[in-house]
Amino acid sequence: MTPDDWQTLWLTIWTAAAAVALILPPGAALAWLLARKQWPGKTLAETLVALPLVVPPVATGLVLLKLLGRRGPVGGWLYQTFGWEIVFTWKAVVVALAVMSFPLLVRSLRTAFEGVPVRLEGIARTLGRGPWNVFWTVTLPLARRGLAAGVVLSFARALGEFGATIMVAGYISGKTSTLSLSIYQLVQTGQDAHAMKLLGISVVLAFTALWISELLTRRKQPS
Amino acid sequence: MSLVLENLRLPLADFALEVNVELAAPVTGLFGPSGAGKTSLLEVVAGLRRPSAGRVQLHGRVLDDAAAHRHLAPEKRHVGYVPQDLALFPHLNARANLEFGHSPGSPISSAKVVEILELAPLLDRRVHHLSGGEKQRVALGRALLASPAILLMDEPLSSLDQRLRQRVLPYLQAVRREFSIPMIYVSHARDEIEMLCDEVLEIAGGQCTRRS
Repeated sequence: MTPDDWQTLWLTIWTAAAAVALILPPGAALAWLLARKQWPGKTLAETLVALPLVVPPVATGLVLLKLLGRRGPVGGWLYQTFGWEIVFTWKAVVVALAVMSFPLLVRSLRTAFEGVPVRLEGIARTLGRGPWNVFWTVTLPLARRGLAAGVVLSFARALGEFGATIMVAGYISGKTSTLSLSIYQLVQTGQDAHAMKLLGISVVLAFTALWISELLTRRKQPS
Repeated sequence: MSLVLENLRLPLADFALEVNVELAAPVTGLFGPSGAGKTSLLEVVAGLRRPSAGRVQLHGRVLDDAAAHRHLAPEKRHVGYVPQDLALFPHLNARANLEFGHSPGSPISSAKVVEILELAPLLDRRVHHLSGGEKQRVALGRALLASPAILLMDEPLSSLDQRLRQRVLPYLQAVRREFSIPMIYVSHARDEIEMLCDEVLEIAGGQCTRRS
């Protein structure tokens, strides 16, 4: 592997990790609300969350480009307030990966929360613990394997993201060149052998992440 | 004990639970066929279900008042509940289950509960390594250590065979004797009810049919 390949691998891993870290708190909160509460607009929220799963990634990327560009409503405000430029930087990579991984994370975490018997939470409350305390001492520990599996799965999704990322971050060597973007770029420039090498790395990475996710899902809680 | 269930109404799948009764005996037995509404009644008192009408008052303290939209959260009721399925926390060992609801200033000490229920050899075992009778004792100890103002027990011996029932029953008698906590005890078994209860309330189809 060349130094550039290592840089590409490292960029791919840390942007995917940053994206998952960014969406974990709101994703967990939303997943818990979807699993445990009835509220007006719940179905609408479920549909909106799932949207990036079915909308073409390039279309999601275009929406992000319009929102986050210097003239966009969010990007314009960020630029004027903090001087931050988002599009065509590593920040855009993280945002694209976060948006594309969010539905998978919420779905996995929701399933994990639904797997915790509501009854145990109720009994914990009769023992004097408030709802927040019950969440930390009963719900979270019992859902931990499912939660970890969901985190690994959305990390794996982020590792392979292409469509939205190319739209909002473009291919800038060393700055936004994730594995999938680099493979595309290498094929475009006729460097198929090099592209195959990165393809192999991608497969190993994705396989490892999915393997861990499967192991976490399959290992049963003691009952 | 003073537990007032005043014009209480809770709609269930096939009928409504409707109870208007004041319980004053130290240990009251709830007796009746399966699906009569006994567990639902306990869950209302524990705060896990919200009645559509009526009031629940324990030792003069209002726990539920549907007309005033008052529903005290389960954690503020001081109502101990040992459900039929025991609901022990599977990620904790017996000791952590016992200590779950125990606060440092509690009038009931861990040492006493462990002694009365003979829990010392079980403390470091995971829940899934406990037998049925051992789980019963841990669930009972856990509810006691939360220092409840009343203890609700839902068919605590129903999942045990005759031999185990005879072994666990003395523990329940010891709890009654040592802790003097008012109890509501749900059971199908007349011998248990006769052995433990001062008063019996019979429930069928969501209604109190007899008091003896």
